[in-house]
Amino acid sequence: MKSRTRNYLAASAATAATVLAASAAQSANLTLCWAAWDPANALVELSKDFEAQSGHKMSFEFVPWPNFADRMLNELNSAGQLCDLMIGDSQWIGGAAESGHYVKLNDFFAAQGIDMADFIPATVTGYAEWPKGTPNYWALPAFGDVVGWTYRKDWFSRPELQAEFQAKHGRPLDAPKTLEELKQVAEFFQGREIDGKTVYGASIYTERGSEGITMGVTNALYNYGFQYGNPANPYELEGFVNSADAVAGLEFYKSLYDCCTPPGSSDWYMSENIDAYKSGQVAMQMNFAFIWPGVHADPNVGGDRSGYFPNPAGPNGHFAQLGGQGISVVSYSDNQDAALEYIKWFAQPAVQQRWWEMGGYSALRAVVEDPSFATSQPYAQTFLDSMAIVKDFWAEPAYASLLLAMQDRVHNYVVAGNGTAKEALDGLVQDWIEVFKDEGKL
Amino acid sequence: MSATSPTEPSARLKLVSGLLVGLYAIITILPLLWIIATGFKSSADAIAYPPKLVFEPTLEGYVNLFTTQTRQTPEMLAANPPTTWYERIVSEKGMVIAGPSRFGERFLNSVIIGFGSTFLSVFLGTLAAYAFSRYRVPLKDDLLFFILSTRMMPPIAVAIPIFLMFRTLGLSDTHAGMILLYTAVNLSLAVWLLKGFIDEIPREYEEAALIDGYSRFQAFVKVVLPQAATGIASTAIFCLIFAWNEYAFAVLLTSGTAQTAPPFIPTIIGVGGRDWPAVAAGATLFLVPVMVFTILLRKHLLRGITFGAVRK
Amino acid sequence: MPETVIERAAAATPARIARPLRSLSDRALAWIFIAPTIFLLLAVNIFPLIWTIRLSFTNFRANRPNAEVAFVGLENYRRILTDPDVWATMQVTAHFLLWTLFLQVVIGFALAWLINQKFRGNDLWTTIIVLPMMLSPAVVGNFWTFLYQPQIGLFNSAVSFFTGGDPAGFSMIGEVALAPWAIVIVDTWMWTPFVMLICLAGLRSIPQSIYEAAECDRASKWRQFRTITLPMVLPFLMLAVLFRGIENFKMFDLVVQLTGGGPGSTTEPTSITLKREAFEKWRTGYASAYAIILFVAVFGISSIYVKALNAVKAR
Repeated sequence: MKSRTRNYLAASAATAATVLAASAAQSANLTLCWAAWDPANALVELSKDFEAQSGHKMSFEFVPWPNFADRMLNELNSAGQLCDLMIGDSQWIGGAAESGHYVKLNDFFAAQGIDMADFIPATVTGYAEWPKGTPNYWALPAFGDVVGWTYRKDWFSRPELQAEFQAKHGRPLDAPKTLEELKQVAEFFQGREIDGKTVYGASIYTERGSEGITMGVTNALYNYGFQYGNPANPYELEGFVNSADAVAGLEFYKSLYDCCTPPGSSDWYMSENIDAYKSGQVAMQMNFAFIWPGVHADPNVGGDRSGYFPNPAGPNGHFAQLGGQGISVVSYSDNQDAALEYIKWFAQPAVQQRWWEMGGYSALRAVVEDPSFATSQPYAQTFLDSMAIVKDFWAEPAYASLLLAMQDRVHNYVVAGNGTAKEALDGLVQDWIEVFKDEGKL
Repeated sequence: MSATSPTEPSARLKLVSGLLVGLYAIITILPLLWIIATGFKSSADAIAYPPKLVFEPTLEGYVNLFTTQTRQTPEMLAANPPTTWYERIVSEKGMVIAGPSRFGERFLNSVIIGFGSTFLSVFLGTLAAYAFSRYRVPLKDDLLFFILSTRMMPPIAVAIPIFLMFRTLGLSDTHAGMILLYTAVNLSLAVWLLKGFIDEIPREYEEAALIDGYSRFQAFVKVVLPQAATGIASTAIFCLIFAWNEYAFAVLLTSGTAQTAPPFIPTIIGVGGRDWPAVAAGATLFLVPVMVFTILLRKHLLRGITFGAVRK
Repeated sequence: MPETVIERAAAATPARIARPLRSLSDRALAWIFIAPTIFLLLAVNIFPLIWTIRLSFTNFRANRPNAEVAFVGLENYRRILTDPDVWATMQVTAHFLLWTLFLQVVIGFALAWLINQKFRGNDLWTTIIVLPMMLSPAVVGNFWTFLYQPQIGLFNSAVSFFTGGDPAGFSMIGEVALAPWAIVIVDTWMWTPFVMLICLAGLRSIPQSIYEAAECDRASKWRQFRTITLPMVLPFLMLAVLFRGIENFKMFDLVVQLTGGGPGSTTEPTSITLKREAFEKWRTGYASAYAIILFVAVFGISSIYVKALNAVKAR
């Protein structure tokens, strides 16, 4: 780390420590709610620092992803007091802001000198702002995440496979740069015998119940030219959601599912993809970046055996689906002051640096723009490249209805094979128009 | 080869029946045995393909079920060597135990809410069933059908207003709220079952007691209850099975404090992926109390299941 | 009679409480006994039902309790009854109901009849067969996704063992044609014992004397079965069908864990749609109307069915 940065970090840490020590009045019991996944465990470790400094006691409520939205939205809608701090999904911002679930943080940020310009712009827009594009903040960007790809570098570097692929496609077997290349690589591996077992091309998102297949298909749709609506008038959907390009993108995703995925992968999301990859079933997996530390450390596929690449480009775009969350204070909490202290502590550059070191994807620019960041881990560069091309789903208050409609239509076409891609997207437009009419936006 | 009586099945029929039933029993128990076995497999063995029939048993699943773990750097691991057998299992994966998991709490919640509501519904149900059985209640048949019909709504449908009600009354995510809810749902079944049993008890016994100078209440306690004991036992089994295994209400109306095991077990996540041995371990442990309760009271099951329609 | 717990409890009740209780008139006692039950049922079943009815005429959304609530009359009902997706889910539910009931009745009755032949060890086998009933449907559904996995699951391996095919060749949960059967198989596995127990009780309630008389009349076994066994077990069978039918109509836990309604909406029964509308989209008014429609349907069908059942019982 450059000495300038180190000084900066040390100075902020010292200031923050004194301020925190001074303001620690009585100790409170704070509960932080998040999804149950590796980063959460890292946060538990990290928070011990906060406990020591502030004297507050932290407890955690972690729920696995498939049930996270259901459970936590239920909790918020019942004005529950389980959570003081919520690291909620980026799509909840609209609903949470408008229904008053989250505390608005503008004044707090101003008073504490927390500047949103210090964070990656995509994360500020994605995790903190509502309405989008306006300086109204409801969360501090806590965990940057984006869909990327992991591949078996050890298989890719086998000489016989290299030779065969080179002969077939006229280019080396390497991390694909376009979606077409991705499909070719996946087809190459589909059904191949490696080390005595049949392997398959890729595992992708196909989960029906919560948000899985949507989070997967958008990576194809965006890059073929799908748009959520007219950029000039966001609620004008016809011709943008179901344009010919969008149809081509959806057809691509289905062809990828049909040709190159393991059998029985009709309802797969993050855990199943990880399982398939780690057990040696697939050559590539589509997954959010949070898995990369775990992959790197895995005894079977870790270290040099795995490589990472950002979502490949398509004919009409190069995007990746945004994941990630911001940390908010729940407005029903009785411990809002202590909760705000936590956010203030978390926002410190020194803490954010440690967060990255422990496996959390910090959204602070000081951390990710530091020259040593890109080489600190094998996946760091891919993370940077991916965060530069993110695009997010709707964050409207009615996002759940929009999401459910897309889950239904897309799964129906891609997995169940009903109808055509055009019909699916036309139907989706109708569904979304109905939702917006209900909301009074149309 | 003559049977002892003309209606006694022949030896050959008995053999064939025995074999067929035995075959069905084996097929039907296989999935359950597989679940129990998976609880003792390592994570890698559990997701091996093709599925492994022979494997080296380990308690990793159970340890994962009861603890939360975090990954640590190799230096940190070397600095804190494992002392107990379970710590050793965890450190082999490069992790360290961070604390107990929520499973113990959830299991305890299931015990409290399950047994609590069973007791309450059997208690109230016996009283009500007695009244329905012995007294001329206006519109009795219709009232009984109405009580039965309260079970006909899908739980989700009932959950909508209950959700709103609990939110207003502050009963969301409380033990009391869930016990009340399960009791109310079980009451209909309990009243129906117990009425059938109490109907069987001849009134002459009570009348004899009344003549002897006992009051109605004493007659109820001293005469009717002991005779209805088997019926009460079998009602209790059904009420417990329902309250123990219930999922829909639990998933919608409980959260951190009062959540029971069924919403929790399917969500047990391991390092990144689904932790099948832990899920299997959880499912196995969760099955044990009900299984024990049922095996002990299995003789009463048969009577209960026909709502007292079978004479003793 | 030996002293039971109840008797000892009664004896131990302090006189201060016991005396007024003992001196209660019959009428008062009856009302005291019934009151808590009626109260609880009213509070938790009837009052919510009325509230649901009221909600169904509004556009209330539970996640926006402070928003304006408007009465929309029959709008919600109209939308539901004219929505083709709703009829599709009703079809899924009906298909599921029909097949599970059919299989459970046939297998359950057959098992009961076999067990009734009183071979040695039938107590053990009965206990084993009954075990699946004790499990939580949600946990069962979750676990069967594991068993149904083409590569690592037991089910596909077993099937391919017997048919010689490739275990990865089919996917119970992933294929549109097979997914409904995946659910039917699991439900049958779980609940056939229930039907079996009822039929067994029914079979055992038939007095041997009737059979002996028939033997004396030299009626064939098949004739006995047709004229004695079946008619006398019929009320029990119908009772089993009633209870399984009501339960499977409400089926939620198992399906939500097993397929989540997929692939697409192929296995989405009405209860899952209801849950999505009510607790994910938070269209409370709309969902309430849906709930009322379902309730009326079940209530209507069961009323008719129970009348038929009583007629059969009376015979």
